[in-house]
Amino acid sequence: MSIRERLSGNEASAIAMKQINPDVVAAFPITPSTEIPQYFSTFVSNGKVDTEFIAVESEHSAMSACIGAEAAGARAMTATSSNGLAFMWEMIYIASSCRLPIVMPLVNRTLSGPLNIHNDHSDAMGIRDSGWIMLFSENNQEAYDNLIMAHRIAEHKDVCLPLAVCQDGFITSHSIENIELIEDDKAKEFIGKYQPEHYLLNAKEPIAVGPMDLQAYHFEHKYQQAEAMRNAKKVILEVAKDFEKLTGRKYGLFEEYKLDDAEIAIVCMNSTAGTTKDVVDSLREKGIKAGLLKLRVFRPFPAEEIAKALKNVKAVAVLDKADSLNACGGPLFTDVTSGMYVNNLNVPTVNYIYGLGGRDTTAKDILGVYNDLQEIVKTGNIDNPYRYFGLKRGEK
Amino acid sequence: MSEVKINKESPWQDLTPGGTIYDAGNSLNFKTGDWRSVKPVFLSDKCKQCGLCFPVCPDNAIPVGEDQKRRDFNYDYCKGCGVCAKTCPFGAIEMKEQ
Repeated sequence: MSIRERLSGNEASAIAMKQINPDVVAAFPITPSTEIPQYFSTFVSNGKVDTEFIAVESEHSAMSACIGAEAAGARAMTATSSNGLAFMWEMIYIASSCRLPIVMPLVNRTLSGPLNIHNDHSDAMGIRDSGWIMLFSENNQEAYDNLIMAHRIAEHKDVCLPLAVCQDGFITSHSIENIELIEDDKAKEFIGKYQPEHYLLNAKEPIAVGPMDLQAYHFEHKYQQAEAMRNAKKVILEVAKDFEKLTGRKYGLFEEYKLDDAEIAIVCMNSTAGTTKDVVDSLREKGIKAGLLKLRVFRPFPAEEIAKALKNVKAVAVLDKADSLNACGGPLFTDVTSGMYVNNLNVPTVNYIYGLGGRDTTAKDILGVYNDLQEIVKTGNIDNPYRYFGLKRGEK
Repeated sequence: MSEVKINKESPWQDLTPGGTIYDAGNSLNFKTGDWRSVKPVFLSDKCKQCGLCFPVCPDNAIPVGEDQKRRDFNYDYCKGCGVCAKTCPFGAIEMKEQ
């Protein structure tokens, strides 16, 4: 029997890490992810895990220590948020190019500045082209489940890429919800042991990791990373299938919520999907065919699958909790519309930047988006596709 | 110990993931001599085999035999820094344009 508990997103992540029992955890505190290594360090002190905990002096060092440990043949983890991730940025690319399957909970917080500790996705968007697999989680259950599945995906021989499990700072990380945990022994059995083929501590095979890689080879190594990211899609689905057998909880590349017969749809990630589901339910009661596509796997980006899932809707709104400040829409919008275009899907699509720096996202806001979509379906008029909601505007 | 079996024409499928080298002592395979813009020339008739030049070479571009005598430069690795020429008390090393 699974274990019924009530936990915050951070507690759930720390418990997942306890069950993973990594060889090394190197972490530096930063709001709102601080509690994850904090709870985990108590597991270390109480002898609940066998982990070597390294209290490093910065996030750059945290990621560096994880890289060293993982290359040595250990399973290494860290956790961070916002500017902590930004400080890791240089090493983030080294982790993926060395093909080290490090797993990291990323508790999303806006990237300063202006200085702010609250939630949006601007931290995560900074590593979207870094070769890390990125999973997003609507609630604490998904944050936990994604972490339990993470190593099976990251360490798969056709993948060998690092992986970040995202959840919304404070909204998910500090909110206590009911959760279903897997028993320790079953979780351990599911996760399995890390057995790298080549590793630095193998005295029988001295190796060099991360050597100079100039014009003749660098391009091919980047292609290998790109290929591994393409392979990851299949592996993510295989692992999800096994996970469903164990827990009954079903995961895909994204969740389609009442999308089958939907005429208007929202695409979004993380906790906003929960609010959106509530609004979809209330619209459905009124006979309005609203639906939701909640993206779980942001990297690799399931462009073809998204286009297929949206092919029968009449208008789409893509919600970005990060602005690209590029005068042409947020990162999720760019990826979704690019996927639609390449797959010959021409559906009126608009972008909304929202919730920056922790601005509350309410059911009323989401209802406003669906109302806009209904208007677009009725009039066929988009006017400005680069929109915002929740922003205070004065008169012109 | 495996031998490095790739060359500059190898397709991506043949390269190791991340470029990891499953071998030790492989810096010998990385010939850095082409970074050089000036080269040292060994004038053996002026050399007294005093032994001052080879310890100052930042690479290993001055081979020394079992007889403890130096040989001519190994241009595969000499980057032309000129430290050896400055060190030589006998003018036995001259720096010349490459």
